[in-house]
Amino acid sequence: MSVLTEPRETAVAPDDYTIVKAKHPGRWISAAVIVFVAILLLRSVMTNPNFGWGTVGMYLRDVSIVRGIGITLELTVICMAIGIVLGVVLAVMRIAANPVVRTAAFAYVNFFRGTPVLVQLLFWYNLAALYPSISFGIPGLDLDANRIITPMTAAILGLGLNQAAYMSEIVRAGILSVEHGQSEAAGALGINRLQTMRRIILPQAMRVIIPPTGNETIGMLKTTALVSVISVPELLYSSQIIYARNFETIPLLMVASIWYIVVTSILSIGQYYLERHYAKGGQRSLPPTPWQQLKRIVRVHAPLTSKGAIK
Amino acid sequence: MSAVAAIEPMIKADAIRKNYGRLEVLKGIDLQVQQGEVVCLIGPSGSGKSTLLRCINHLETLDAGRMWVDGAVMGYDLKGSKLHEQSHARICRSRVEIGMVFQHFNLFPHMTVLENLIEAPRLVLREKRSVATQRALKLLESVGLGDKAKAYPRQLSGGQQQRVAIARALCMKPKVMLFDEPTSALDPELVGEVLKVMKDLAATGMTMVVVTHEMNFARDVADRVVFMDDGHVVEQGPAAEVIGNPQHERTRAFLASVL
Repeated sequence: MSVLTEPRETAVAPDDYTIVKAKHPGRWISAAVIVFVAILLLRSVMTNPNFGWGTVGMYLRDVSIVRGIGITLELTVICMAIGIVLGVVLAVMRIAANPVVRTAAFAYVNFFRGTPVLVQLLFWYNLAALYPSISFGIPGLDLDANRIITPMTAAILGLGLNQAAYMSEIVRAGILSVEHGQSEAAGALGINRLQTMRRIILPQAMRVIIPPTGNETIGMLKTTALVSVISVPELLYSSQIIYARNFETIPLLMVASIWYIVVTSILSIGQYYLERHYAKGGQRSLPPTPWQQLKRIVRVHAPLTSKGAIK
Repeated sequence: MSAVAAIEPMIKADAIRKNYGRLEVLKGIDLQVQQGEVVCLIGPSGSGKSTLLRCINHLETLDAGRMWVDGAVMGYDLKGSKLHEQSHARICRSRVEIGMVFQHFNLFPHMTVLENLIEAPRLVLREKRSVATQRALKLLESVGLGDKAKAYPRQLSGGQQQRVAIARALCMKPKVMLFDEPTSALDPELVGEVLKVMKDLAATGMTMVVVTHEMNFARDVADRVVFMDDGHVVEQGPAAEVIGNPQHERTRAFLASVL
């Protein structure tokens, strides 16, 4: 007698078995609750006259609002550029052999991370009270601080220098993520430290550096709203000027919020594809894009054929 | 005999000591490697053989003793009785003479195979791309990877990666080649292809120091086998003698456990 007996039901041919998917009642209930809450929320937003949707529509493409977006974007780009370049320098200083250099970089990071960026902005804006004339220690050079430190330069200095402190930590993490064997191999080939950093370490650190940098860029775009306190006419300040005139506070804050969401959404999409690009080579297969995921959800499953392929 | 003695050894370790904190890893090592000689360092893990190898090209600094490579003290300027530490740039220049192959290959993953080979010749020897490329392609051919120049390291098997690493070291035209357990990270069936390349290299007269657990390779290729244990050189001599007829008790115990 054999242990392995034939299956009792032989009416179904091996190819004709179909898979019945498990039911998930819990998922349907939670989805229903969320949809219900969302509808309530949407209804209140649509019907509450205080949102002033008519006013929102009127000011959405107002000339000074659009100009404000321009300044917001300009500030974001300049301050991130300063942050990244100075951040790389600080990160390399943090891992230098010279303890004084290391400590200086640490002190910088500690100072700029340890004080609120709003306070830093106010400091730069009021620099003339601290140093009425700036000479950088160079004899003969005498610059009037009041004329150099415009609201815009104060904003760029405040946000850029602060960002450098955060970027340096990101870059440092990236550098430390590269295996020690890489710099050893470069050293054994006679490649000096600077060249090793530039040609071997930093290119590999990029995979770790890029995603949080995208995150920081989106953060910076929103942080630029802070410079409204030193009257730089960026997106928020432009809205504030308008509602100071017509008292339509909420609709104009909605206008600003809508634009912030639009721009950060565009940046998020860019970040997503940038990360995908840098993930290449690190993973065997890339995760599906949202579009591919959507296609997968709506795809109709057919029973497996004898060849095992999905029709 | 006198003619041989007159030739300066390629590598001369002179009472080398090395500590990691309180742990003494090398306890006064003397070793000489003649030009064209193939020396295998064997011994249990923790015996200090890899550390000794890394002292040769100054990847590890010494705590005492001197390491002579090609007639100069590695990493220091000898003035009277004082050893003046060299700058990192100077050490890099001396390392050009010494090729090194690592256990985990340490290829540059963001560069193609060809770029891996020509990077150091271009940066350090300041060669033109065309000159370096020509030599690199010939070397790849010689390690049996002529068709992989444009591949990335990740696309290669471990054995292929290690052969690329050997070609990369050779592309600097070194006088000495150091191998730090070059086959320890490989699947068993890939060990042979790497050992064959090393055997071919030995046949060209390259001076080689190899830290290895491959006793067959040591027996077939090495001119001399050095057995290390606990930071000392316990026994050394012709491969057949040390492996075939070990004199020291510790050597016998070690060989009994690996053979």
